[in-house]
Amino acid sequence: MKYLISLLSGILFAIGLGISGMMNTEKVKGFLDLTGDWDPSLALVMGGALLVTVITYPFIIKKKSPMCETDFSLPTNKEITKEIIIGPALFGIGWGLIGLCPGPAIANLLNGGMAIVIFTGVMIASMVITDKVTN
Amino acid sequence: MNIVNFTPVPSFIGGILIGISAVALLYFNGKIAGISGITKGTFNFKERDTLWRILFFIGLVIGGLFSTRFFESAISNVDQLQINTKLIIAAVAVGIGTAYGNGCTSGHGICGLARKSKRSVTATLIFMATGFITVFLEKLI
Repeated sequence: MKYLISLLSGILFAIGLGISGMMNTEKVKGFLDLTGDWDPSLALVMGGALLVTVITYPFIIKKKSPMCETDFSLPTNKEITKEIIIGPALFGIGWGLIGLCPGPAIANLLNGGMAIVIFTGVMIASMVITDKVTN
Repeated sequence: MNIVNFTPVPSFIGGILIGISAVALLYFNGKIAGISGITKGTFNFKERDTLWRILFFIGLVIGGLFSTRFFESAISNVDQLQINTKLIIAAVAVGIGTAYGNGCTSGHGICGLARKSKRSVTATLIFMATGFITVFLEKLI
């Protein structure tokens, strides 16, 4: 059951990204282009997603356990560390350069061209190496 | 500033679907729908409990392929991306940045904010800010 949920959640997440327009890098860059021709769509994507999560998360987390597992796997670190400043700062630069963050990069993997395959491959390799070096 | 290409309805609906996906993953499996964290775990072969991550990853790829074929608003332009130094630098920056900062737009921006995590609020403000600055600077060059 939990594996089926994982697969379906992944599919639904990507369909959401697609319908919202976020698999189009120009719409993402259009959102980040505050001083030029601005496309506010990304704000509504986050707004729609947050509307659902903000309302339901508190009720779910209050439960003793999730439906298919014995425990919730939630982050425990609450400190503002250098990682939480430097990491997102670097991520934002990469995001702004092409208009791809990890979700749309992976969801777009088979949508044509070698560039996206190279981008996603390099991105994942960078994640795995960073994880190995820092842990 | 001119507002262009604004698609409030499909974007809001797509956002709701992303939210439902994140809620399902937390409600049934107790997991946070953070794409960078899931991806990191998918390709970390030493870690146990990787199967759910692999399946989520495969789901993302299938869903992405499916949505561009069946939904009018799901337009992908990645076949037009150029393979150049900028693309590689961006991929490395996104990879290192999200792994080191423990999250991306989904983990920090959607799930983290819903958990009212101070770390995620900080992260989201920072990646939005450097994203805006990068696009601004790129236009100057």
